[in-house]
Amino acid sequence: MQHTRAHVLICAGTGCTSSGAKKVEAAFQTELAKQGLQDEVKVVETGCHGFCEMGPLVIVYPEGVFYCRMQPEDVAEVVESHLLKGRIVKRLLYQEPISMERIPSYKDISFYKKQMRYVLGNCGHINPELIEEYIAVGGYEALGKALTTMTPQGVIDEMKKSGLRGRGGGGFPTGMKWQFASNSPGSKKYVICNADEGDPGAFMDRSVLEGDPHRIIEGMAICGYAIGADEGYIYCRAEYPLAIKRLKIAIRQAEEMGLLGTNIFGSEFNFKLKIKEGAGAFVCGEETALMASIEGKRGMPRPRPPFPAVAGLWGKPTNINNVETFANVPQIIQKGADWYASIGTEKSKGTKVFALTGKINNTGLAEVPIGITMREIIYDIGGGISDNKKFKAVQIGGPSGGCLPEELLDMPIDYDSLLAVGAMMGSGGLVVMDETTCMVDVAKFFLNFTQSESCGKCTPCREGTKRMLEILTRITEGEGKEGDIELLEDLGAQIKDTALCGLGQSAPNPVLSTLRYFRHEYEAHIRDKRCPAGACSKLAAYRITELCKGCGLCKKVCPVGAITGEVKGQHVIDPEVCIKCGACFTKCPFKAIVKG
Amino acid sequence: MKTLEDLKKLREKLQADAQIRHADGIRIIVGMGTCGIAAGAREVMTAVLDEVAKRELKNVTVHQTGCIGMCEKEVLVDIARPGEPRVTYGKVKPADVPKLVSEHVVNGRVVEELVVGKIEA
Repeated sequence: MQHTRAHVLICAGTGCTSSGAKKVEAAFQTELAKQGLQDEVKVVETGCHGFCEMGPLVIVYPEGVFYCRMQPEDVAEVVESHLLKGRIVKRLLYQEPISMERIPSYKDISFYKKQMRYVLGNCGHINPELIEEYIAVGGYEALGKALTTMTPQGVIDEMKKSGLRGRGGGGFPTGMKWQFASNSPGSKKYVICNADEGDPGAFMDRSVLEGDPHRIIEGMAICGYAIGADEGYIYCRAEYPLAIKRLKIAIRQAEEMGLLGTNIFGSEFNFKLKIKEGAGAFVCGEETALMASIEGKRGMPRPRPPFPAVAGLWGKPTNINNVETFANVPQIIQKGADWYASIGTEKSKGTKVFALTGKINNTGLAEVPIGITMREIIYDIGGGISDNKKFKAVQIGGPSGGCLPEELLDMPIDYDSLLAVGAMMGSGGLVVMDETTCMVDVAKFFLNFTQSESCGKCTPCREGTKRMLEILTRITEGEGKEGDIELLEDLGAQIKDTALCGLGQSAPNPVLSTLRYFRHEYEAHIRDKRCPAGACSKLAAYRITELCKGCGLCKKVCPVGAITGEVKGQHVIDPEVCIKCGACFTKCPFKAIVKG
Repeated sequence: MKTLEDLKKLREKLQADAQIRHADGIRIIVGMGTCGIAAGAREVMTAVLDEVAKRELKNVTVHQTGCIGMCEKEVLVDIARPGEPRVTYGKVKPADVPKLVSEHVVNGRVVEELVVGKIEA
């Protein structure tokens, strides 16, 4: 056997694959063979590192050097310089956005430095298609520990003690949920993993499923043992083909090793897993709609109670948890509830994965201890606002969440503090917005999403969100009336109180929270017919200031001939003719044209 | 797999290969600058890898490094055990490798006749 002295880890998550990771991998195989290094250097495909923007990502061990945006043509240099001669290829290292410093090592990059990667701990470090790599880092030992040394009630007690709360958004204590399912009478019970991740911008579940699928299988099996279920379903959206492929491989490997099936670890416990592909309707992330979809019915929610723990899938007691929740389970059993409870705040324990996007320097997945402030996430991990613009708001929790203004940046984030300020943890999507974002437009975007995803079963959601969207559209087009704001608040409150499921009940949140913190922007739209951020094109007004040098460029690009002026003289825009396309604004070399 | 013991045994077997990604153990560093390669660093590297594989050593990682300016002493091989000084050996031939590995890497005894320098840990 040859000793492999170096490992080349190539990210094969969805992000890096689409930016060309497969070609990079093929190039590595060819180049290594050319240099005769194929036996001493091993190429490993891994899951997502969460820094997709910088992909394709390649990490070379034992040094742990982090190469980003690797192209097939860079590979020959890395093989010759780094793998053969031991010289790091500096130009491919990550560059910090502010200091412009090039950082060789993974753990020293500011994006990763403040993170606490437990749930994502294996993602990007093991090959998700080989069960051996998961076992090598201690995989399935938690399941073994639970089955051989703990009682089902013991497992539930441990979960309760850990303080883990549902990571799908609601934040219900996981141990309690398991207790309810365990208490329900009946010999047939189910475990369901909700992998129908639908929030725009959130992709942490996909990342875990693709990068560490065995962790989910192990978490579900532990849950099955605790509540007395022998069958489980993973409900995963069909838009995640790679996650489904890797889950299928993982389930097959676990079955072959006897980690799924009958008499696992020599105990009486049997457990089998199936994958159900969802068609991608947002409402199917709601647990009762999800179960209807598994049963082959139309995916629509039903009133609760009865809760799934009493009558769930096919009327049997069922426990449903989100991907990230299950991903937390093995480490709680393995390292103990006390260890887990030492992370986080008093009422919200552990870590949470956030999907960081928007007008920010570093976008990607960040796992942080709960209780961290938004400022730390945005400025320390995210590297601050891009293009030196000013921070305006951060949207948290997707279409069910809300927007937080700058004053709340230093608030520690946990389930309860977010609810108190009109947002929610949700699945953990964070969209950062700068001064050029219009808050009315943002509210309209999210409402448009929930409106088109509304299943139509209950009136408040079907009709109410439609009316709210009409009002918002009207406001952004300059047709807003006095009383619109009050009407929005009234409708929002009604929908929150009367909608059937979580989708409808939380749909007005983006509108209500922007009304709470950015009411002046709504008022400017309605009263002054002005969009302060200059984002709503129908309200935009362009004006040429005295900075104009009279170069005539704007006159040339204007498609409707709205600009007049002599060469070397001040130019003017005729607002009656102007169609607000913004062509002059982007073209002006002297930044003499202003918007808003 | 039927017991937790089986799983733990399997893990131990598999760990050696993944160890490289969490390495904080003993490092063997071969000078692979142009001078090193000209002096035969490639053969020394192969000999090191063979020796490590033959002895099934865990907790050992093999690195390369560039020229450190002592070109006439190439091939240079450094061995660093955690908490001990990093020892540089010069004019290493493939035939010296088994001795370096068995004496220094495995038993912690510096092979004095080949030493050209030490760097305190």
